[in-house]
Amino acid sequence: MSDMSDENFYDDIEDTMDEDSAYGYDDEREESGFGGNTDSDEEEEAILDDYGDVDDAFGTNDIGKERLKNWQVEFKSHSVESIVQAQKKEIDHVASMFMIKDTDAAILLRHFGWNKERLIERYMDSPEKVNLEAGVHEDPSRPRLQKLANFTCEICYLSSEDSPGGKMETLALACGHRYCKDCYQHYMEQKIQEEGESRRVQCMKEKCNLVIDEKTVGMVVKPRIFERYKTLLNRTYVDDSSTMRWCPAPNCELAVECHVSVKKLDKVVPSVRCDCGHPFCFGCGNAAHAPAVCPIVKLWLKKCEDDSETANWISANTKECPKCNSTIEKNGGCNHMTCRKCKHEWCWICSGPWSEHGNSWYNCNRFDEKSGSDARDTQAKSRASLERYLHYFNRFANHEQSARLDRDLYGRTEKKMEEMQLTSELTWIEVQFLKKAVDTLTECRMTLKWTYCMAYYLAKDNMTELFEDNQRDLEKAVEDLSEQLEKPIERDSIPDLRQRVTDLTVYVQKRREIMLSDTATGFEEGRWRWNVTF
Amino acid sequence: MRIASKRLTKELVELRNQGPPEGTAILLADDLKEWRFSISVLGESLYKGQTFGLRFRFPDNYPMESPEVIFMTTDGFKPPVHPHVYSSNGHICLSILGNEWSPVLNVSSILLSIQSMLASCKELKHPPDDERYGRHAPMSPKDSRFVYDDDSV
Ligand SMILES: [Zn+2]
Ligand SMILES: [Zn+2]
Ligand SMILES: [Zn+2]
Ligand SMILES: [Zn+2]
Ligand SMILES: [Zn+2]
Ligand SMILES: [Zn+2]
Repeated sequence: MSDMSDENFYDDIEDTMDEDSAYGYDDEREESGFGGNTDSDEEEEAILDDYGDVDDAFGTNDIGKERLKNWQVEFKSHSVESIVQAQKKEIDHVASMFMIKDTDAAILLRHFGWNKERLIERYMDSPEKVNLEAGVHEDPSRPRLQKLANFTCEICYLSSEDSPGGKMETLALACGHRYCKDCYQHYMEQKIQEEGESRRVQCMKEKCNLVIDEKTVGMVVKPRIFERYKTLLNRTYVDDSSTMRWCPAPNCELAVECHVSVKKLDKVVPSVRCDCGHPFCFGCGNAAHAPAVCPIVKLWLKKCEDDSETANWISANTKECPKCNSTIEKNGGCNHMTCRKCKHEWCWICSGPWSEHGNSWYNCNRFDEKSGSDARDTQAKSRASLERYLHYFNRFANHEQSARLDRDLYGRTEKKMEEMQLTSELTWIEVQFLKKAVDTLTECRMTLKWTYCMAYYLAKDNMTELFEDNQRDLEKAVEDLSEQLEKPIERDSIPDLRQRVTDLTVYVQKRREIMLSDTATGFEEGRWRWNVTF
Repeated sequence: MRIASKRLTKELVELRNQGPPEGTAILLADDLKEWRFSISVLGESLYKGQTFGLRFRFPDNYPMESPEVIFMTTDGFKPPVHPHVYSSNGHICLSILGNEWSPVLNVSSILLSIQSMLASCKELKHPPDDERYGRHAPMSPKDSRFVYDDDSV
């Protein structure tokens, strides 16, 4: 515990972070169109929210309040309105720089997937070439509807004589290919409604690649379809942008902006949290999976899928006591089991005696590689490799299950606490400590879960041992806190329980920070060696 | 629908009055849903002396959407042996029938494109994935995502 009471520990981490300013974000943030760094205070608040309000109940937490930890990345949630604003800002910037129409600037930006720097570079080089590729024909006037006599539309084969007053309403883009308004309308509606197209609807003429701009679309289609078109366009803005991602939570319409580039995903885990509360990985869109990096998460999920038959992990809530064989039900997340009948204390995960888990030679998280290296024949080898996989998979799956059980248990406790609040002088604030504890537990179990994925792919060396030490310390702290939640709640014991749970919650959080920050430092230093290539 | 029927009516009148492109003939055009043509290649080509059947089916929003066009495998017709024509179902991999369709194109221009696709062929062979595609192809070629490499093969 000495390493975490040392205040310099955190200073060290921050110092290393300064040395690599590119760690996590690109330097062009000022250009991002979201007002640069001006909102960073808000963002940090949001990130700190992960740890709840840094209030009195959890003592003073003055570490790194003004700066991100080395395992955190900067991010920001955006509503549809702010996405619209951001696009407008980019468009206006490009339009005034190139002195072109805003509608043309929009087509150019969309063609370049909103990579403004690349657009500017290419456009400065050869505007004609860029315009041709993107489907822009520079013309200071805007396309407008024109009523013409003596006109025959090449698409519907109708002529001005067929129209009331002998004049036909027509439209041509800057390319001059003119058709009747009805045909334009049908064509646009087909593209938008039926084909879901928006960013690149081209002139109807064969082989003419001129893109129809937003204003022209608005002139031709019904308002309802124009709304649909704008929604589709906004979708493409996020889909095309490498710094934006839609929040994967069902029914959430927010997008998250984050500037970690794909190239860094083997070293950085861009964990973000949408304003709706959903934590996810910006790199792959999966649920947050720190400290494991995206490529190994991908390998692991694939492996779990392929081996789901073999692993056949039983998420049953009951097991037999290893000593007297009587059935024990697991009704909370805690893995420290005590048999009601024979009082034997054992570990739910490895079935070993709990006494071995409570002191310094706790080894439940480690896999004993020896049995595998001794294996001679192929059958023994494959059995050893399956055993190894099951070791990590069972722990991975167990934390998932335990997190759920922790929450179930809390649900029952919460009811009881609410009743007590009504019948005693306990205040709302006083009963919040359990909620805080269970939120922290869930978060830590998710972190622990992914440490098993990471450990599975780590080559066995001294560094791995340090990783497993941190894993063990976090796991031990988590189980201790989890155990407190199963304690019966009585009015008189609440102050004591509150103190214990609060202390443990703070400790668990610190263990998680150590786990995450050391892993991140290890990635920076290239300390982790893998037993696979990706 | 309004545009489709008006336009197809006019196309049909023109085809009947002026005749379809040389080397092609109307086999069936009783309604505005499905038309059939016979097609052969003019002049010297690998398909000299052969006649094929083409079936056109028009969607409701024609010409905003392309028609479905296949070489017939019924009524005694067989699809040509061609690197862009699938032997089992007569599906054609031709860009103007897919992503390069333009509402300005019409039945006549499709017939001409298919003639030139056959005329420019240098070797009688099936598509490389002929067998696999035959087994898994959707009913309509319009539901296939073809990769249009080179229409002029
Ligand atoms: Zn028209
Ligand atoms: Zn045009
Ligand atoms: Zn969300
Ligand atoms: Zn990821
Ligand atoms: Zn027992
Ligand atoms: Zn154990």
